[in-house]
Amino acid sequence: MTHIGVTVDGTHRHADVEPRLLLVHWLREDLGLVGTPIGCDTSNCGACTVLVDGRSVKSCSVLAVQVDGKEVTTIQGLTVEDGEWHPVQKAFKECHGLQCGYCTPGMVLASVDLLSENPDPTEEEIRQGLEGNLCRCTGYHNIVKAVATAAAEMRGGTS
Amino acid sequence: MTETVMRTDGAAIGRADRRKEDARLLTGRTNWTDNIQLPGTLHMATLRSSMAHAKILRIDTSAALALEGVLHVYTGRDFPELAGSTCVWPVTDDIRMSHYPAICTDEVKYAGDVVAVVIANDRSVAADALDLIDVDYEHLPAVVDMEEALKPGAPLVHADMGTNECYVARMPCGDYEAVKARADVVVKRRFINQRLIPNPMEPRSVVAAPMGMSDEITLWSATQIPHVLRVLLALLTGIPENNIRVVAPDVGGGFGAKLQIYREEVLALVLAKRLGKPVKWTETRSEHMVATHHGRDQIQDIELAVTKDGTILGMKVDLLADMGAYLQIITPGTPLLGMFMYSGIYKMEALDFTCTGVYTTKTPTDAYRGAGRPEATYAIERIVDEAAAELGMEPMEFRRKNWITHEEFPYTQIAGLTYDTGNYEAATARAIELFGYDELRAEQKARRESGDPVQLGIGISTFTEMCGLAPSRTLGALKYVAGGWEHCTIRALPTGKIELVTGTSPHGQGHETAWSQIASDIIGVPVEDIEVVHGDTGRAPYGMDTYGSRSLAVGGQAIKLAGERLVEKARLIAAHQLEANPDDIEFTAGTYSVKGDPEKSTTIQAVAFEAFTAHNLPDGMEPTLSGESTVDPLDFSYPHGTHLAAMEVDTETGKVTLRKYVAVDDCGVQINPMIVEGQVHGGLAQGIAQAMYEGALYDNDGNLLTGSMGDYLLPSAADLPSFVTDRTVTPSTTHPLGTKGIGEAGAIASTPAIINGVVDALRPLGVTDVFMPASPQNVWRAIQNAQAGGAR
Repeated sequence: MTHIGVTVDGTHRHADVEPRLLLVHWLREDLGLVGTPIGCDTSNCGACTVLVDGRSVKSCSVLAVQVDGKEVTTIQGLTVEDGEWHPVQKAFKECHGLQCGYCTPGMVLASVDLLSENPDPTEEEIRQGLEGNLCRCTGYHNIVKAVATAAAEMRGGTS
Repeated sequence: MTETVMRTDGAAIGRADRRKEDARLLTGRTNWTDNIQLPGTLHMATLRSSMAHAKILRIDTSAALALEGVLHVYTGRDFPELAGSTCVWPVTDDIRMSHYPAICTDEVKYAGDVVAVVIANDRSVAADALDLIDVDYEHLPAVVDMEEALKPGAPLVHADMGTNECYVARMPCGDYEAVKARADVVVKRRFINQRLIPNPMEPRSVVAAPMGMSDEITLWSATQIPHVLRVLLALLTGIPENNIRVVAPDVGGGFGAKLQIYREEVLALVLAKRLGKPVKWTETRSEHMVATHHGRDQIQDIELAVTKDGTILGMKVDLLADMGAYLQIITPGTPLLGMFMYSGIYKMEALDFTCTGVYTTKTPTDAYRGAGRPEATYAIERIVDEAAAELGMEPMEFRRKNWITHEEFPYTQIAGLTYDTGNYEAATARAIELFGYDELRAEQKARRESGDPVQLGIGISTFTEMCGLAPSRTLGALKYVAGGWEHCTIRALPTGKIELVTGTSPHGQGHETAWSQIASDIIGVPVEDIEVVHGDTGRAPYGMDTYGSRSLAVGGQAIKLAGERLVEKARLIAAHQLEANPDDIEFTAGTYSVKGDPEKSTTIQAVAFEAFTAHNLPDGMEPTLSGESTVDPLDFSYPHGTHLAAMEVDTETGKVTLRKYVAVDDCGVQINPMIVEGQVHGGLAQGIAQAMYEGALYDNDGNLLTGSMGDYLLPSAADLPSFVTDRTVTPSTTHPLGTKGIGEAGAIASTPAIINGVVDALRPLGVTDVFMPASPQNVWRAIQNAQAGGAR
């Protein structure tokens, strides 16, 4: 067992974990943060994407011990304390960027990271930027639209 | 004649309401089955055959049982009662039905067949134990190819049958041989509709738990069909139906893959009962690739008999349909769901349909988005392009010459279906306008003349489909053992809130939003006051679930009627309260008022409270306010549309690029155009993926070569363009709301549009077909073969 200390969705957590434990299993099974789903076993689908120190990471591809001392944000921590949604969440709803919702947590967090790197992406940049996240329902059309909409909203809000 | 109209009134129906579902889905508060963690849960893992075909000589479970945390290891001998068939569609009188055990006893018949299950108190321990089970197999030859399977002396999937032929279904309509004799040209092609793996993003998952207060066992499953599943689980396990409650919580996509009764559902239920504890199983994605049913997989030999002026006389369809190793819920019926649709939108005098179902040592096939109709649409839309080319006609002109015109509806087509309404001219005109058809044809001509290595092709798909399953009597005549009705109960609660209980079971389609919109218009209550209850045989006891684009097409009818019945009962109470004759009571937007005296009025919410207190109801009236309806549809639903694809094909590398895609669909009246458009987008992506990216591949030994998401290419955002979509609106006359199904249209229409575009680009090189997916390899080979004088 290895001791880790991690801030997850704003709460500081201490745990003794097996070195082989994946971050996603720690989140889901030990912390009960089941808002982060698992969609594959080959790191292809991106459903389990979370933010680690603000950068998107497939939580099935890192070990819990690797996030020791870091800050993890899941979809359950993206909404700020007063309950207001992140602009990306709002844009996904407004643009119908989700159907079954299984890819959505990962897609939203990957988009948050994408926009932090590139606040004004072209359609092509959005498509390339979300290449690691699969969706089977939307055909991506409205996801791309949602990310562009959120980008415009966030640029408007900060300028 | 049918009229194409646009809705302009301000009702909830037709409004692009943002979805009620999204709040929980966007904040991580979703109730996936795999999120359920009950105290004392036991975890199940399945050992799957690594061989496609083998005798089981011996299974040694001792090492697995010795692993700490492992409680039980079960083999097929432990479940003698769980054998038989889970197939509900024996399509012919002499069909050979497979014996389908929950766990194999003597023989495995595909790579992935279940050999044993482990029960442990931890998920990882259960998975680890699988490696410790020692199985001695005696290898038997695999049979992978359908034509090989039908040859005398082929290895037999089910030795007792003496053949791999499952059934032969025939439907001769008109006299094809007679019309063929009159034809100037008979165009013949062989199309391959390759095997696909559905891959909803949520893997399958099941939890079964005895709930303690009675003999009831609750089974949560990531399923599309909680109601049908409950009946089948009872029939298969012998557990009384009234002791089984099936709940489909939030379900992450289905596309037909979750329209099934799976072994893991059966085993979890039986083991939860046997062990008295919750039992849980969740598939891994790689497991999904072999353990969840596949789709499509047909060899289509198609003939089209035409005159030289471009008139279609008749069509001959001869299919080989791969069943895989066993018949699952509607395996044999799936190809026949397309049987009536091979003539598409075209008039013809004869259609000669034959389908041979074939057993192979592969994962069973079953419904996948469109289920039979994509295959039919592919065949007809591909063959009309080929016929136009052979006749030297422009492919859209050839279609125009043969399609049913809008004046001719209702039109009874060659297979006997009556299309209620449609306007193919209107949808096509709009698609051509959005596409810039003439400009792209001009560019194509310029590129051909300049010898550009990147050629341009225009792919057309003018399609209709048959959905909204289905009139129960028709299903009975087709030997399907269940009905096609749907149920709705709408309850006005004492506080004025509305509970809408539906038998449909959404998994991404937005029923909570759309059903609220329908009910809001009918009972005059705001959408936010309506709660849609679904996917739980305990709370929504009657239903036939969600598949075949049936939820609105059938379920929508039940919502309307249930709402109207509620309004009528409330009218009697309102009249009593207002001391007026019911005939003098008007109902508008949730308010009952006396004609000519609008001051005398009450609301439906106030009436609901009166119905609850029952202090002052009309004599003899029963308290409570609700409306209930179970509707058997009059007919199938026939949405249609025109899709156009601009395909760029690099003739040197075989690389295909989808440059522009236009989809104009007509699904009649739209309840929520935003959701309709989303359904079209998703369908397009899946249909385009069949044409360009996906395909399950096996080696000759029956090993699945595309056994993970790393090997099976699902398109990402970077692999698809944005789509140009629009709708024409030709209301249905068989649906009281005027709507038609839309869940599968995109997947049905788009596959032939893409391939027609690729072939159109390459036709000057002599190419007449390209194998799907149109990967650089398949396209390059088609070019090489054509130049060497071959057919593709």
